[in-house]
Amino acid sequence: MSALQDLVTDVAAVPATPTKSLRLGMLASLAVLLLLLGAPLLLKSFVIFQITMVLIYAIAILGLNILTGGSGQVSLGHSAFYAIGAYSSAILIEHYDVHYGLTLPVAGVVCFAFGFLFGLPALRLSGVYLALATFALAIAMPQLLKLSVFERWTGGVQGLVVTKPDAPFGLPISQDVWLYGVTLAIALAVYLTAVNLLTSRSGRAMMAIRDNEIAACAMGVDVALYKTLAFGISAGITGVAGGLGAIAVQFVAPDSYTIQLAIALFVGMVVGGVGWLPGSLVGAGFIVFVPNLAEGISKGLSGAVFGVILILVIFLAPHGARQIATRVQHWMHRLRSK
Amino acid sequence: MELLGNQILAGVATGAIYACMALAVVMIFQAIDQLNFAQGEMAMLSTFVGWQLMQWGVPYWGAFALTLLLSFAGGVAIERLLFKPLADAPILTHVAGFIALLAILNSVAGQTWDFTIKQFPTPFGWSPFLGSKLISTHQAGMIGVTLVLLALLYGFFQFTRIGLAMRAAASMPESARLVGINTSWMVALGWGMASAIGAIAGMLIAPVVFLEPNMMGGVLIYGFAAAVLGGLSSPLGAVVGGFLVGVFENLAGTYIPGVGNELKLPIALALIVTVLVLRPHGLFGRAVVKRV
Repeated sequence: MSALQDLVTDVAAVPATPTKSLRLGMLASLAVLLLLLGAPLLLKSFVIFQITMVLIYAIAILGLNILTGGSGQVSLGHSAFYAIGAYSSAILIEHYDVHYGLTLPVAGVVCFAFGFLFGLPALRLSGVYLALATFALAIAMPQLLKLSVFERWTGGVQGLVVTKPDAPFGLPISQDVWLYGVTLAIALAVYLTAVNLLTSRSGRAMMAIRDNEIAACAMGVDVALYKTLAFGISAGITGVAGGLGAIAVQFVAPDSYTIQLAIALFVGMVVGGVGWLPGSLVGAGFIVFVPNLAEGISKGLSGAVFGVILILVIFLAPHGARQIATRVQHWMHRLRSK
Repeated sequence: MELLGNQILAGVATGAIYACMALAVVMIFQAIDQLNFAQGEMAMLSTFVGWQLMQWGVPYWGAFALTLLLSFAGGVAIERLLFKPLADAPILTHVAGFIALLAILNSVAGQTWDFTIKQFPTPFGWSPFLGSKLISTHQAGMIGVTLVLLALLYGFFQFTRIGLAMRAAASMPESARLVGINTSWMVALGWGMASAIGAIAGMLIAPVVFLEPNMMGGVLIYGFAAAVLGGLSSPLGAVVGGFLVGVFENLAGTYIPGVGNELKLPIALALIVTVLVLRPHGLFGRAVVKRV
């Protein structure tokens, strides 16, 4: 675990930024937000769908980031929570005719419960051991979803088809654009909540555990409670993303939620910068667009190209997008003081 | 009763492969305290190299030896190029590095040899072993090779200078460096040995599961389960764990109703989680005491 501590004590997860760079960060966030808001006016519907997926993955990675960046627990199994969220939404919509907007909070609560429960045995594990246990969870999930016992609800290997919601009130926009808007709103809400969570008392307790569990315990932080809580919250957020994902893709099947997805989420978090919440969006963009890019470079060797790009990222910017952002901030600062 | 014996023996035979994979995992865990998630892919690539050599007309044992040498060199090269520079990086970076390696090897193998399954020859044949109907000569060969490998490793670590140096570098790197051991090369050596052991596992299992780029996925999970069960710091534990997991997998698949093939994998995973929670250092590993 000490290695992880090195990383996170290097740059605080939510650093106390001086006002000037805070303004810079605000400006950058506003620019990104404006771009995202303006996107539907300019882009084709397939690209809109892709950006919707980027936002959905960004929410999932944000969830993972709260766990790893916030409380210092590693997870290679977040595809499992994503899958549970997706299936909760799909089953409620298709079997019980629940309004899709209502299924998302349900997906979040269900995943919170699962994450909280998984967090209990995970309390005894750390570092590579936790990585292995969560890896096991991710591998097991597709098999569990295929079980014949649940087939009445899950549709077994064939999965479930989900109907895509129309825009309400007869708004003159396509389903894709409406879903994009919904996703953007939810992503924003989740992001703001997460930022506030990490700067709150609970967030500081989690980060204290991450940096030094024993010291945190000595200060009176309830280590077990906050660690499991972090697992629950993280799983809940990822579950909401899963539910959104199911609605966007219009389909859930066990083999959409394999270890590949867990690895993708993990890679997205590392690329974006562990513990840096805006990095989640960068990481999500990476896992959606870089495989396409790799396939464009060489169809047969796309995996190799992806691997090489990933290695380059690890070597050149081990702290991911956060490192680049910090560097840019430094340059801006120097330019201005000249 | 015959069914029980049969299942146990078959379990021991597949367990031999899990034991080899677990040994490879343990070798690298000893060297750098990380789990090599790309171990299966490394073994798969080695097996393809062996297959290619045989296609070129090299006889089985010649190809076998040559593959081990090449795998050893490959393992050392991977450590030098990719993981030595990352030595002080956090665990997350390591995991990402392993994932990148996995993606590269899988895609390169698929591109070079394509994804159709291939037959891999066995030097032991498939006739009944010693006239018994229970196991074939190939399965007996797998068990034999694993046991010989374990004995060789034991001898190497116990009775050679370099084995002693590797143990020293693994348990106390700083003190080892002070007495003049080149710990950095000991790590590379561990990688090379892990890669060669993985190659053995790959070449032994390939006649059973057939050769293709994704053949080691499931095997690696069982290898992890075996390594965790035996204790990640103990080579002997890895082998015992491998046999136990093999037998357990077969018996659970046969006797627990509703477990069939579809639930075999989740059972291995439940095993991993249970062992980690109840006894994190495994059956034979030494418990790590954390200093406050």
